[in-house]
Amino acid sequence: MKEIYLDHSATTYTDPEVLQEMLPYFTEVFGNASSQHKAGREALKAVDTARERIAKAIGCLPSEVYFTSGGSESDNWAIKGMAEMHKDKGNHIITTKIEHPAVIRTCKALEREGFEVTYLDVDNEGIISTKQLEEAITERTILISVMFANNEMGAIQPIAEIGAIAKKYKIAFHTDAVQAVGNVPIDVKAMNIDMLSMSGHKFYGPKGVGVLYKRNGLRIGKFMDGGEQERNMRAGTINTPAIVGMGKAIELAVENMQANNEHIAKLRDYFVSQVLEKIPNVYFNGPKDMSKRLANNANFSFEYVEGESILMRLDMQGIRVSSGSACSSGSLEPSYVMLSIGVPIEIAHGTIRFSFGKSNTMEQTQYVVDQLVSIIDNLREMSPLFKEIKGENIYV
Amino acid sequence: MYNDKVMEAFAHPKNVGFIEDADGVGKVGNASCGDIMEISLKIKDDVIVDAKFRTFGCAAAIATSSTATEMVKGMTVDEALKLTNKKVVEVLEGLPPQKIHCSVLAEEAIKKAIEDYRSRQSK
Ligand SMILES: Cc1ncc(COP(=O)(O)O)c(C=O)c1O
Ligand SMILES: [Zn+2]
Repeated sequence: MKEIYLDHSATTYTDPEVLQEMLPYFTEVFGNASSQHKAGREALKAVDTARERIAKAIGCLPSEVYFTSGGSESDNWAIKGMAEMHKDKGNHIITTKIEHPAVIRTCKALEREGFEVTYLDVDNEGIISTKQLEEAITERTILISVMFANNEMGAIQPIAEIGAIAKKYKIAFHTDAVQAVGNVPIDVKAMNIDMLSMSGHKFYGPKGVGVLYKRNGLRIGKFMDGGEQERNMRAGTINTPAIVGMGKAIELAVENMQANNEHIAKLRDYFVSQVLEKIPNVYFNGPKDMSKRLANNANFSFEYVEGESILMRLDMQGIRVSSGSACSSGSLEPSYVMLSIGVPIEIAHGTIRFSFGKSNTMEQTQYVVDQLVSIIDNLREMSPLFKEIKGENIYV
Repeated sequence: MYNDKVMEAFAHPKNVGFIEDADGVGKVGNASCGDIMEISLKIKDDVIVDAKFRTFGCAAAIATSSTATEMVKGMTVDEALKLTNKKVVEVLEGLPPQKIHCSVLAEEAIKKAIEDYRSRQSK
């Protein structure tokens, strides 16, 4: 059977070139990067190369790159570390309603400790208003955390504008760029970003490794107590192979960004136009202006059918996607991101995210369109909400 | 996360549709919570001779709809009233814990369809 992976926003495979670069660091150059002997120094050299590659990719200094275990840790560290260090200055944080749980739940945890958090609304395409952001700033605001690009519907925020506002009011600006790194050009200095989270496995690097970029001069609390790794800011033996892999992955991603995006956007755009043409009663979620969304993302809500059913039927045909379905989460709420952009609750249940990758082909895309058309048709036949009367769809 | 039996019932559900001249119809759930189930029954001399369903919901909701309608065919209405979601889940050889609430709908829809049948009878 065909095997078509359209869930690259969940994770990517590790690029074979990346894997090749990693392999020696498991068996040959396995020293502890903190050791003084040659085995350690060789490992450290590889870690330094990775640090330089990452710094170059986002326009910062190598000394501003801190290795972590992934996006969630970077988000937690940036926000909690900021709160801990600057709580005397203020207890107010501004973020958005559509952040990843790694940010939202971190903010909720701080609220329980007495912090005040403003969760900015987004418009019906998922973009915040910089005017509302500016109005939300108070004397006690110590941090603005706005994601670079959304993981569900790919909306890209006006990051440079947000950075300029943060700079004007001298407030630290953190961005969760887990979905953006490798897909969108990033320059932390030009964009006035003070902290940025990334995760290796979203750009064809290995899982369980990430980075927090932190501007030199900005002080935050430590994430973990222990050894003195990462300039005494993040304890724990350095994960050399994973860091080497992430360094290679980001270099490849930035080098090939334009070519990859052209290819991916072509497939995505064809897919979107086919779905809208061939399937009635479907909402295309997120920015309609494709320049305001990630090239890899297509997100639809299919009326009268439930997301998990669509996901499972596609899975049976070898097609791997994600749903914002509530049912599997145990709560009865569908995706808060979909609700935040104004998708009606009953329609939000029928939401599916298709995220394309560099290895997908036009032939695969056509196959997915064909399968999807028949799956939606079949599930609607089964739905008590959908009655086709003389070609007219009525909602009962 | 679903076992083969559930996947089979979801992939090839039985009794999909609506009985136009049904003797009892039960519809439960609502679109905002993500699962709606509608069961229609044809009943002769208090015996369920046909059952069909239409479901908006997840794979577990569809699988339990199919299985429950299979199970009640041939039952008397009294027997069908005793059908619990637990028995439906047993026939499916289990559901993931967070999916048990979806199976409750099948039990409720059948009960509601029989109530509808009885209220029509008493008219
Ligand atoms: C926007 C965003 N932030 C954070 C994360 C968490 O990253 P990780 O899984 O590497 O901890 C993800 C992963 O899905 C994400 O999409
Ligand atoms: Zn369900």
